[in-house]
Amino acid sequence: MVNQELALQHIWKTLEQVHDPEIPVLSVVDMRIVRNVEIGEGGVRVEITPTFSGCPAMELIRQEIRDRLREAGFDSVTVEKNVALPWSTDMLSEPVREKLRTFGIAPPPRVEVELKLSAAEIVQCPFCASGDTKLESEFGATLCKQLYYCLSCRQSFERFKSL
Amino acid sequence: MNPDLTLSKATKSALLAMADDELVIGHRDSEWTGHSPILEEDIAFSNIAQDEIGHALVWFTLYEELGGRNPDAMGFERPWKDFTCSHFVAYPRGDFAYTVVRQFLYDHQEVVRLQGLRASSNERIRNAAERILREESYHILHADGLFERLAQGTRESRDRTQSAVDRAFQQALGLFEDTPGEAILVDAGVVRANASLLLDWVRDIQPIFARAGIKIPIRRGESGFTFECEPDYGGRVGKHLPDLAGVVEDMQSVYQLAPGGRW
Repeated sequence: MVNQELALQHIWKTLEQVHDPEIPVLSVVDMRIVRNVEIGEGGVRVEITPTFSGCPAMELIRQEIRDRLREAGFDSVTVEKNVALPWSTDMLSEPVREKLRTFGIAPPPRVEVELKLSAAEIVQCPFCASGDTKLESEFGATLCKQLYYCLSCRQSFERFKSL
Repeated sequence: MNPDLTLSKATKSALLAMADDELVIGHRDSEWTGHSPILEEDIAFSNIAQDEIGHALVWFTLYEELGGRNPDAMGFERPWKDFTCSHFVAYPRGDFAYTVVRQFLYDHQEVVRLQGLRASSNERIRNAAERILREESYHILHADGLFERLAQGTRESRDRTQSAVDRAFQQALGLFEDTPGEAILVDAGVVRANASLLLDWVRDIQPIFARAGIKIPIRRGESGFTFECEPDYGGRVGKHLPDLAGVVEDMQSVYQLAPGGRW
């Protein structure tokens, strides 16, 4: 069983090298896309869930996971996508939020109980930390982001949507 | 007849109706990519299209889990006559006012439906609804803001908004047409009845119309209200208009060049 535990650790470490193609600073483990890893008779089974339902990166991520695990010596890998697992940006840890900020993306505020949105919400600029920003568009370059503009440092920036 | 089989069949019908509505309106929304009047709306409608098609994928996946065909087959191999979407989502995109009004009416419908599904006795549906509902919050923020801006903008934008509502309101009632076996689903706590979702929908949108000064064909009476128009039914039972043939043919054209092909 020690071997199995070591193998699982090795798999999780390997998965940390698989990045979200839309936010390359985060791994699929950081994003809580990988939800479960099991080793059974049929090999390794990895369960993933999309962030936003329409996330177009899922197929690419599935392929990357297979490739990386194969390189790490796991020949038989199944990656199963589960569309009905709960997922929320509240699952992103503080260090992960900090990575987003450093990358220039304002992290998502906590949803807590119910998602309440308002165009007048104060969002902090990830570059200069000013709160003098405005919403440019509820949508952005990818499904998970919105467009903001900082009136203080005159820089456009993206914000990860709360979900 | 095995009662579980009936329940499963009714659940499949409800999932399919939702998936078809999402897929077709998503495709209509995508027609604005590269053609919207302003850049922000180009981005918005492209995102909304991707979201709605993503929701279709979720409902098609749950449909497959109940023994149906896979999502690609359902979306891209199925003849248009077998779709169960409402007429509403298949009408041509019209002018931008019609697009905004349709999306506004549709998004509010989707929200009341998802709020009902959050309490579903089916755990898979419940979990999926929870996430999709949060995604829809952004659509509502967009739809409400844009609708009010158009309704209260220039004389032309106001007139166009009113005439879009005159057409779209009656069409939108078709979203609440029952799917086959709905009573079974309501009894089993899988879905809330369309008749009660309709009341919630009216409750949500009526104040927005009132604030925007746009008329809707509803007459208030002593005991509630009545609609001054006939609902545009038929889609849920496969009685479709030629508009659906056009949009489905267009949507499926690339896939049909090499069915089942891999990228």
